[in-house]
Amino acid sequence: MTAATLERVGPISGPPAHAGMLRRINDVVVLTVRNLVHIAREPLQLSDVTIQPVLFTLLFVYVFGAGVSLPGGGSYKDFAIAGLLALNLTTSSMGTAVGLSTDLNGGVIDRFRTLPMWRPAVLVGRSLADLLTASICAAIVAVTGLAIGWRPEGSVLSTLGGFGVFLLFSYALAWGSACLGIVSKGPESAQGIGLVILFPLAFVSNSLVPTQHMPLVLRTIADWNPVSAVTAAARHLFHNPNPSAASHAWPMQHPVVASVIWSLVLLAIFAPLATLLYRRRTTD
Amino acid sequence: MTNSLMIEAHGLTKRYGSTVALDGLDLEVPTGAILGVLGPNGAGKSTAVRILTTLTHPDGGTARVAGHDVVTETAAVQRSIGVTAQDATLDEVLTGVQNLVMVGRLSGLSRSQAKVRAVELLDRFGLSDAGGRILKTYSGGMRRRLDLAAGLVTRPPVLFLDEPTTGLDPTSRVRMWGVIRELVADGATLLLTTQYLDEADELADRIVVIDRGRAIALGTAAELKAQVGGARLEVTLSEADPAAAAALSPYVSGEVSVSHDGRRLRAPVPSVSGLATTVVRALDGAGVQVDDVDVHQPSLDDVFFALTGHPVSDADPGAEAQRPDSELEPALS
Repeated sequence: MTAATLERVGPISGPPAHAGMLRRINDVVVLTVRNLVHIAREPLQLSDVTIQPVLFTLLFVYVFGAGVSLPGGGSYKDFAIAGLLALNLTTSSMGTAVGLSTDLNGGVIDRFRTLPMWRPAVLVGRSLADLLTASICAAIVAVTGLAIGWRPEGSVLSTLGGFGVFLLFSYALAWGSACLGIVSKGPESAQGIGLVILFPLAFVSNSLVPTQHMPLVLRTIADWNPVSAVTAAARHLFHNPNPSAASHAWPMQHPVVASVIWSLVLLAIFAPLATLLYRRRTTD
Repeated sequence: MTNSLMIEAHGLTKRYGSTVALDGLDLEVPTGAILGVLGPNGAGKSTAVRILTTLTHPDGGTARVAGHDVVTETAAVQRSIGVTAQDATLDEVLTGVQNLVMVGRLSGLSRSQAKVRAVELLDRFGLSDAGGRILKTYSGGMRRRLDLAAGLVTRPPVLFLDEPTTGLDPTSRVRMWGVIRELVADGATLLLTTQYLDEADELADRIVVIDRGRAIALGTAAELKAQVGGARLEVTLSEADPAAAAALSPYVSGEVSVSHDGRRLRAPVPSVSGLATTVVRALDGAGVQVDDVDVHQPSLDDVFFALTGHPVSDADPGAEAQRPDSELEPALS
């Protein structure tokens, strides 16, 4: 047995005390890749961002679309795709809470904590992996949309900008979702609470029906809902029908600026909060 | 390291709510030694390991590992230790190789270093064939070995093994012992917790017995056994015979006690070889018919009983990790 020569005691290469930023980036990359492997191997988790978007897109366009007439005209199809991006990205952000909660209730976090790594890499790696899955989700909605006749009428740059505001918002939501995952007791309760928060957020908005026909209270909420701002911004950038432009609410008048502000505000609140909550949860 | 102690803890205390997990625990492990920390569920073993591996902050007391304070120099401690926790701490969805590479990369190894090391360790732990499979398909013994391998990725000089064989079948257990013995042969300093007395006896140079959060005895297995005296003789006769006790008396080191029916005799005896033969011959010479002779060497169970007044199995209410000290207040019910 060659074990004795193989195993001479002493750190292999003595990882440098604080190699700083490079080391942090390394840890984030390692954990991002780890989470992507998870998503790829868990068919259920993946169905949230693959099958569900196709299903929702077809259902809403052909079932709802038949009954909705847009104020100001335009096809429901062109109106709906931005809304479906909003719906799918908002609800799939729950994956962050579920994934993080699963980790926290397993033993793997304890393993991470005994390693000389950058602790917040657990959160950053999670959020980046989920941003990538959100991108896949958005691409699937877009391709499904294109297949059934959705056409963005703006320039390529403007259209990409539309996806950009969605992904920024999705990234901000992931940090909110991370907070939920950290404080929840387990993946199931994270999912349960997530549904209760995210479904109203997604539906009480301009995403699937024009707000014009809503009762005043609901319409006011919808006009100020960040999901509405993001959806309106994307419609604006896609040059698709955007009935919300008729609303006098400030975010509906300036949807792109409003959506970016909303996302940055959410990020500024939830990223530090998640880091704090995580630190607290993993300290005893 | 300025002194030869690789692990040292002084007066560690830790409370969880109203239960006291550690109540002034002292530990010292010289470089290259193996300390067995022996105690029942809830004695505070896992809490001690969690503190020494930087997972938990103590309420009081100090501890240094590889010369670094576990509270103020956590990064330096983390670079010196390998940990195998009681509960599996690897990623169920990744393969064996992916797990080890991940641990290596998070410990500062480059991608290629981490891969080489992963292959090396899998080979060493007999997991080469399973390296490409995800952990969900591993048996309990394979998981433990992989968990141990994960603790060795950076060849740390100090290893903590928290109940490395709890829940394993006997074959896996013996295999794990072999692996642990090899580590020690490599010169690592090792702290091993266990509630199996034979395991501490088998692996450790020295054993500290802990109960209710404090060390109640320390010594080699032999020294601890000496605390309960020598061996114990038990003879069962075919039928009661008053001549038996007299025939035994020259060979025992104390009183011979006789059971009510007069068929069973017990006595403390010195640990000398050939004792059973001698006893049978003496009884035969006195015309006594013997059914059974048992010379019982003291086990660490006896040690625990002698030290605490309660057997190990009496203090076993449930999993330590979840409820660190649930048996600490047995009188409350």
